[in-house]
Amino acid sequence: MAPPAQSQRSPSPSQPSGKGEVSDLKMQLRQLAGSRAPGTDDSKRDLFKKVISYMTIGIDVSSVFSEMVMCSATSDIVLKKMCYLYVGNYAKYNPDLALLTINFLQRDCNDQDPIIRGLALRSLASLRVPNLVEYLVSPLAAGLKDSNTYVRMIASVGVLKLYHISASTCLDADFPQLLKHLLLNDPDPQVVANSLSALQEIWGTAASSEEAAREREGLISKPVIYYLLNRIKDFSEWAQCTVLELVSKYAPPDSNEIFDIMNLLEDRLQHANGAVVLATIKLFLQLTLSMTDVHQQVYERIKAPLLTLVSSGSPEQSYAVLSHLHLLVMRAPMLFASDYKHLYCQYNEPFYVKKLKLEMLTAVANESNTYEIVTELCEYAANVDIPIARESIRAVGKIALEQYDVNAIVDRLLQFLEMEKDYVTAETLVLVKDLLRKYPQWSHDCIAVIGNISSNNVQEPKAKAALIWMLGEYAQDMQDAPYALEGLVDEWEDEPSPEVRLHLLTAVMKCFFRRPPETQKALGSALAAGLADMHQDVHDRALFYYRLLQHNVSVANSVVNPTKQAVSVFADTQSSEIKDRIFDEFNSLSVLYQKPCYMFTDKEHQGPFAFSEEVGNIAVDNDDEDLLLGTTTKQDSSSLPHQTAALVSLDQTEPHAEQTNSVIDDLFGLGLSSSPAPPPLKLNAKAVLDPTTFQQKWRQLPVSTSQEVSISPQGVAAMTSPQVLVRHMQQLHCIHCIASGGQAPNFKLFFFAQKADEPSSNFLVECVVNLSTSKAHIKIKVDDETASQAFSALFQSAFSNFGKA
Amino acid sequence: MISQFFVLSQRGDNIVFRDYRGDVQKGSAEIFFRKVKFWKEDGETEAPPVFNVDGVNYFHVKVVGLLFVATTRANISPSLVLELLQRIARVTKDYLGILNEDSIRKNFVLMYELLDEVIDFGYVQTTSTEVLKSCVFNEPIMIEAAHMPPLGPAALFMQGNKRMPGTAVTKSVVANEPGGRRREEIFVDIIEKISLTFSSSGYILTSEIDGTIQMKSYLSGNPEIRLALNEDLNIGRGGRSVYDYGGSSGSGAVILDDCNFHESVHLDSFDVDRTLTLVPPDGEFPVMNYRMTQEFKPPFRINTLIEEAGSLKAEVILKIRAEFPQNITANTVVVQMPVPKYTSRVSFELESGAVGQVTDFKEPTKKIEWGLKKIVGGSEHTLRAKLTFAHESHGNITKEAGPVSMTFTIPMYNCSRLQVKYLQIAKKSKTYNPYRWVRYVTQANSYVARI
Repeated sequence: MAPPAQSQRSPSPSQPSGKGEVSDLKMQLRQLAGSRAPGTDDSKRDLFKKVISYMTIGIDVSSVFSEMVMCSATSDIVLKKMCYLYVGNYAKYNPDLALLTINFLQRDCNDQDPIIRGLALRSLASLRVPNLVEYLVSPLAAGLKDSNTYVRMIASVGVLKLYHISASTCLDADFPQLLKHLLLNDPDPQVVANSLSALQEIWGTAASSEEAAREREGLISKPVIYYLLNRIKDFSEWAQCTVLELVSKYAPPDSNEIFDIMNLLEDRLQHANGAVVLATIKLFLQLTLSMTDVHQQVYERIKAPLLTLVSSGSPEQSYAVLSHLHLLVMRAPMLFASDYKHLYCQYNEPFYVKKLKLEMLTAVANESNTYEIVTELCEYAANVDIPIARESIRAVGKIALEQYDVNAIVDRLLQFLEMEKDYVTAETLVLVKDLLRKYPQWSHDCIAVIGNISSNNVQEPKAKAALIWMLGEYAQDMQDAPYALEGLVDEWEDEPSPEVRLHLLTAVMKCFFRRPPETQKALGSALAAGLADMHQDVHDRALFYYRLLQHNVSVANSVVNPTKQAVSVFADTQSSEIKDRIFDEFNSLSVLYQKPCYMFTDKEHQGPFAFSEEVGNIAVDNDDEDLLLGTTTKQDSSSLPHQTAALVSLDQTEPHAEQTNSVIDDLFGLGLSSSPAPPPLKLNAKAVLDPTTFQQKWRQLPVSTSQEVSISPQGVAAMTSPQVLVRHMQQLHCIHCIASGGQAPNFKLFFFAQKADEPSSNFLVECVVNLSTSKAHIKIKVDDETASQAFSALFQSAFSNFGKA
Repeated sequence: MISQFFVLSQRGDNIVFRDYRGDVQKGSAEIFFRKVKFWKEDGETEAPPVFNVDGVNYFHVKVVGLLFVATTRANISPSLVLELLQRIARVTKDYLGILNEDSIRKNFVLMYELLDEVIDFGYVQTTSTEVLKSCVFNEPIMIEAAHMPPLGPAALFMQGNKRMPGTAVTKSVVANEPGGRRREEIFVDIIEKISLTFSSSGYILTSEIDGTIQMKSYLSGNPEIRLALNEDLNIGRGGRSVYDYGGSSGSGAVILDDCNFHESVHLDSFDVDRTLTLVPPDGEFPVMNYRMTQEFKPPFRINTLIEEAGSLKAEVILKIRAEFPQNITANTVVVQMPVPKYTSRVSFELESGAVGQVTDFKEPTKKIEWGLKKIVGGSEHTLRAKLTFAHESHGNITKEAGPVSMTFTIPMYNCSRLQVKYLQIAKKSKTYNPYRWVRYVTQANSYVARI
């Protein structure tokens, strides 16, 4: 790091070693301290500059503290400012020395010149030394009542500074009330704005107290809101943002009021400052949430201003606005369907911008514009920019999965394969595989092209796995499939990816049942290689296939080659719960990160004014929430969607209805002697419940049963992962898992079940398993309290059966 | 609430560092710089303007090679912070005349003074140069303007056009000139950036003009100003499709899709006679931003021809035609085209008598580059590039090459036909006649021809 240029040394990166120079400075400062000779101030300025330049580059100059203070007796305001800056920087770490400065700061607080009064007050409040707060109270009180706006402006922020050093001192001096007075009475808009910011932060931080809650309510009461709104144009653009953010928390009692507010603020959408526009948009969206038609009109209205902001300003600002546009497009793609041309990428845009645009293009595709969008995307796919080419191909695939114009798209995808670029081929293979799972009818066209691809040209594990899957799945249509697979098995040792090896095992099995004579040899070597494989999963699967074949060949066939249904919908990447929350946090970082704020911010920083009812609940239930959301995202972020996971492992069979009876039999067989026999309870084998509803219910319903149950030793041994238990509960007992997580020995699972005859009667279970103590803690919540006991008994027996079957 | 603000040089040195709230660790600048320098996420090497490391959010904008950075722990509006960072850069430029590493280093005490007034305890107080003048006391130390790349689009006017007062845009708003008296003058710049894509058959696929009317006032006493635009200016395209090229072409009205205004602008008579009234604050600021997708005549046509000549050779012929009037000259024109990855050598052939043209084959990125110092309106220029390949191409060369992209600057020309009809300064005195500069410039933002 080079010192700032005015130091006379060479500007080379050589650091001034510090010590020598600092003691030199100390000497010179001391000489000047008492001097009244003309020109002293100029020499002081030079020395002060030197001190501050050292401070900037990180050299510790705290040792000249007392000299700096001695030199501070001056009327030169530039010198004073430098001195204040220095003191503010070091006081925190030198509280004893800071005491030295109190004197001159307090004196300056009473200076004739309002600028000096203001500056001194700001420095005094910035010392951040808890012992010195007593000296701050009276200058602050005087500052809030000062006749000069500059001083009041600084004093109102000063109150907040004091609050952070010592909340009790601040509250005892009744400063918040004084701020409230300024908020509603001060003629200067910046004083009003500062008072508002300070009050928001003070009452937002003191979240728990009743007084704080009342004060927060007060800030968003109609008189305050209207008072601020009526003078909105007096505020600076930055203060307008603060006010608009506050207003977005106000809920007008009727729609007339909503329209009044929107009409008043309509022209804020034409502001050149993007922050003002976005704050206005947030307000409009929040106000109209319950008015579907108007809400939609708001979308139409804000389109043009948003697009203008995206194309004016620096790339950074444009990115921030684009992220918000992205959120809106993803929420209501059909409203933007005709604007797709605005979403085309420009060749010189950075990756993060292009990526957002590609996602939006994918979302707005519909019958009428798909052809043009896909044509445009294909241009990007041929682009020299590799990451964008990849993203574009994925986008084409996603559009195809949405069913528009599949015919033409499949042709395009197949053309990609002819481009013979490795990364294009790789991306396309993965897509073709997904497409075939959804539209098996295209297999004929695809297979012809896929058959020509040499596996040597495909290196990426995902792509290789996709190719192998297709070789296995369509072995009967691809002439070379057994030989291609045989070639791959021969290279088993050189294949680094276990994912590919797993797929290879399954594909060889599938191929074997379709073309046994040609595949027998490959199957033999694959199973042998698999059994010797170091990777546990690969080894296990090979062993499983081996035993399965030994046991019964036709059963084996039905396991690896069951009749499959085409996949209708691929799992969404984000739950609607999370999306809604991000929408509520419009005009904040949540939108850029595409995460709700509790995922990236500590509690104390979750917004100065986050006090809605909802947030309170979440805080209470935080753990559950995190786990639920955590696992949903985890599962989604895994390389393939759920359905693929199922394909890779076993082609799972649906639990049959008869099994329900066996559950009851089990239940009676066990005959929980202590409790009276519960009425038979039939559960729905195909129960469905989406995670959002689950979370809502979990939050609303009271706990009906909460108890500890022990797990059998066999159960402990069997529970290598939560999935084993999940399978057990679902297949044998019709109790479905909605989320699971954790690591041995601690797991947490959420289950649900529904009455067979009454789908609206849900049972929700939270199950915390601790394998080291062989215990599980179960919490059950039910819609229908009368069935609670029966379900509880059923759940416990099902649970205790785990591992014994 | 902003916790810290700092400016880093390209090498990562702290030039200015100001902590406002003390809730982010001191080493944040280093953490930030390392993260940006070695960014690697999603297979991408460029850090986004906002990211989070261990609960601290880092915002940055790049201005003349410097990084302006803010940190916070709170979940605040990213637009607000990024806008603020740009605004701090602009205020600094107003004060220093020229914004670069050297000028900030020389004036770092002034920078601290500004930063103290702009932000207090993380809350923005003001970014108006006008307001700041009353409480900032350091005099800027001016640096030599020579060879310094100045900030902002107004810098365009400095390039070799004699009619432009070159030094004006690099003049500090606060510093007195050597003579003691300041020259009374005002600059109004209409800056348009064009984004345009030609299809491989030469049709315009998409086009957009993003324009700004930028003002910089050195007038004393803050007189009111009236700015009249085209009377037939329309805003918003009603129910009609934005990409309707049918009806409105030709010499008809200027139709903007949308626009926004600086807060000092009064629109009272805008709907009636298209005049903007404002009292310009000191310093540089955009009076109005606008966006237009109405059809316009593209300033350049690009023609590309690729001819294979045997299995290891091909010839690329690039032709550009300037479609603007002869009294206009475009400058600093650069044409770029990626060629197939397996291109090993390129030899260029310029038209006979070509002046001020350079050609280059950028080996690492496999691009050919053609620079033209000047292009006079109505003229046409051709470049032939002979490519030699390292191995045989396996398919269509056109799929492995292109698109052709172009950057240029055309002073005194704007495609949208938006005009400032007059600029009126309301001041009583008859002798008062300040210099008024109304300047137009067109620039390429993304000007692409597919092949």
